[in-house]
Amino acid sequence: MQRIFKILFLLLILNTNFVNSISAENSSKLLTTDWSFKGPFGKFDRASLQRGYQVYNEVCASCHSLKYVSYRNLSEKGGPEFSVKEAKAIAASFEITDGPNQDGEMFTRPAKLSDKFVMPYSNEEEAKSANGGAYPPDMSVLVKARAGGADYIYSVLLGYVDPPENIKLDDGVYYNKYMYGNKIKMPKQLSDGLVEYSDGTNATEEQMAKDVTSFLMWTAEPHLEQRHKTGFRAIVYLIILTVLVYFSMKKIWSRVETNV
Amino acid sequence: MSDHNYTPSSKFGKWFNDRLPLLTLANHLTDYPTPKNLNYWWTFGGILTFCLITQIITGLVLAMHYIAHADLAFSSVEHIMRDVNYGWLIRYIHANGASMFFLAVYIHIFRSLFYGSYKAPREIIWILGIMIYLLMMAAAFMGYVLPWGQMSFWGATVITNLFSAIPLVGESITTWLWGGYSVDNPTLTRFFTLHYLIPFLILGLVVLHIWALHVPGNNNPVGIDIQKPSKDTVPFHPYIVIKDLFALLLFMIVFAFFVFYSPNILGHADNYIEANPLVTPAHIVPEWYLLPFYAILRSIPDKLLGVVAMLSAIFILAALPWLDTSKVRSAVFRPLYKQFYWILVIDVLILGYVGAMPAEGLYLLIARVATAYYFLHFLLILPILGKIEKTTPLPLSITSPVLGGSADLAMAKNTDVRKEKL
Repeated sequence: MQRIFKILFLLLILNTNFVNSISAENSSKLLTTDWSFKGPFGKFDRASLQRGYQVYNEVCASCHSLKYVSYRNLSEKGGPEFSVKEAKAIAASFEITDGPNQDGEMFTRPAKLSDKFVMPYSNEEEAKSANGGAYPPDMSVLVKARAGGADYIYSVLLGYVDPPENIKLDDGVYYNKYMYGNKIKMPKQLSDGLVEYSDGTNATEEQMAKDVTSFLMWTAEPHLEQRHKTGFRAIVYLIILTVLVYFSMKKIWSRVETNV
Repeated sequence: MSDHNYTPSSKFGKWFNDRLPLLTLANHLTDYPTPKNLNYWWTFGGILTFCLITQIITGLVLAMHYIAHADLAFSSVEHIMRDVNYGWLIRYIHANGASMFFLAVYIHIFRSLFYGSYKAPREIIWILGIMIYLLMMAAAFMGYVLPWGQMSFWGATVITNLFSAIPLVGESITTWLWGGYSVDNPTLTRFFTLHYLIPFLILGLVVLHIWALHVPGNNNPVGIDIQKPSKDTVPFHPYIVIKDLFALLLFMIVFAFFVFYSPNILGHADNYIEANPLVTPAHIVPEWYLLPFYAILRSIPDKLLGVVAMLSAIFILAALPWLDTSKVRSAVFRPLYKQFYWILVIDVLILGYVGAMPAEGLYLLIARVATAYYFLHFLLILPILGKIEKTTPLPLSITSPVLGGSADLAMAKNTDVRKEKL
């Protein structure tokens, strides 16, 4: 028994450490902060997600889409949890193209809760031509699409430093300490006081980076809270069942002289 | 085994059983005499059955929502993750289930290697097992392609390109496999079809695997035959059933940790980027369970020979019952083999590690040495070891601590066992 638990424990440690060490290719150690969603009981900080939405909307949304996220998600449980009224108002502030109508023509109307987030560009080519040939990636699952996850996104947002002397940068290319290859076509976006938070939080660079990264963590894993909660229940249930089955097993095997 | 004499007690049961002996089968399965001394390494057969069924059920649900189309596959997976009720749970169970399946199958295979379960009279069980393992790799590879992320696309490109190494017809075969001139929509739809088909082939082979197991019965940690079924065995139910269930629950706890608390740790981040034929990822790596073979493939500078080496590394396992010349099954009584066994385990782990690293410099050198050793183990060490190794004395029976048995004696005693069974 004890041996089995030891093996299980070792396996868990090995797995997490091994995979972490493989994925941590980046030479610079990533910045991190006190993420509320980390760990088995992690939850999103609602206020931070709401502020993060504000940063996304005012800063990122002009180039980066969130094509898998709907406005209704903003008011759903486990997310920023705007009220339905607020979410409706947010949706209505965007115009989307709908149609064709009965006359066969396309028309624009305010977005509804059921609509997906409005895209900043109508296609990839337009996005590229507006951004010096670089395509600003869709951010719906961006946190999961980068090794390092939330820490990586947070680090890149704060990683703009002067390039070392031996590195020559072309026009429209910027140096970032944490970006893969250190070259990025997105200029530094965040600066202290860039947005004015409605809840009075001081909009420092770090605060905005933290809020928007939390928001992106939520767009990538909208069911994270439910996953953590269900997981805890499932594992407690499994442990109790395992103990019961263990004693049943002992009882049954006591009929023969062999040990289990 | 007493099942031949089994008669159902009810009249209907008798009527039914005379026409289709399902009750006889059920009776055989519950009464099946199992060695008393099986340890926890023997619980992975049951765990693997659980894995297969879990994959089939979750896969069925996913297939109801998934769209096998190059333009829609990625977004249909996001639809499952976001909008399908508990879609995130079903997909994470399915994706991590594949890893758990392989974790269990590797333990199962290495258990066989340690206790000599592949040796006579269990060669067919072993070969069926290798066929299952091959099909598992095919199913897992094609399944990884379905989300149509960057690693899906480029993994598929790398692996299907291997066929182009075949002389003369290689290029045509690759085009035929793709259904076009590159990995594209036709490739995705056929991979989906095959990914759906293969688990049922595996299920069929599993039935044969278990059937073949029930002819000679289980091997056991001391690796000698059952002398007296009444003394050495317990009925499968309830003894083995409850023990397998206990082990399965422990396994499920580990499984649950991955599903609920680090569901993406075993996958590659790049697979959350939609497939783009114009952008090649920096490192193309397969899932962890294929890494040792990937390392063998890359360690050979020639493409064709690399493919041959990789396939040989798997097929060589099928020849194992004849490559291992030792009459003693269990490594417990083989002091030399035991050491080489652990060296092989380390060798495979090293291959897995270098498989994840770029194929250059020191990594490439290590991969080559480890590949050479892998083949050396099976082709040279095992055949010779059986001839020169001095094994320690075997016990007379699996329940008796008295030593003095020998491999040959155990074989000779087989006839007595048969008599007792009758």
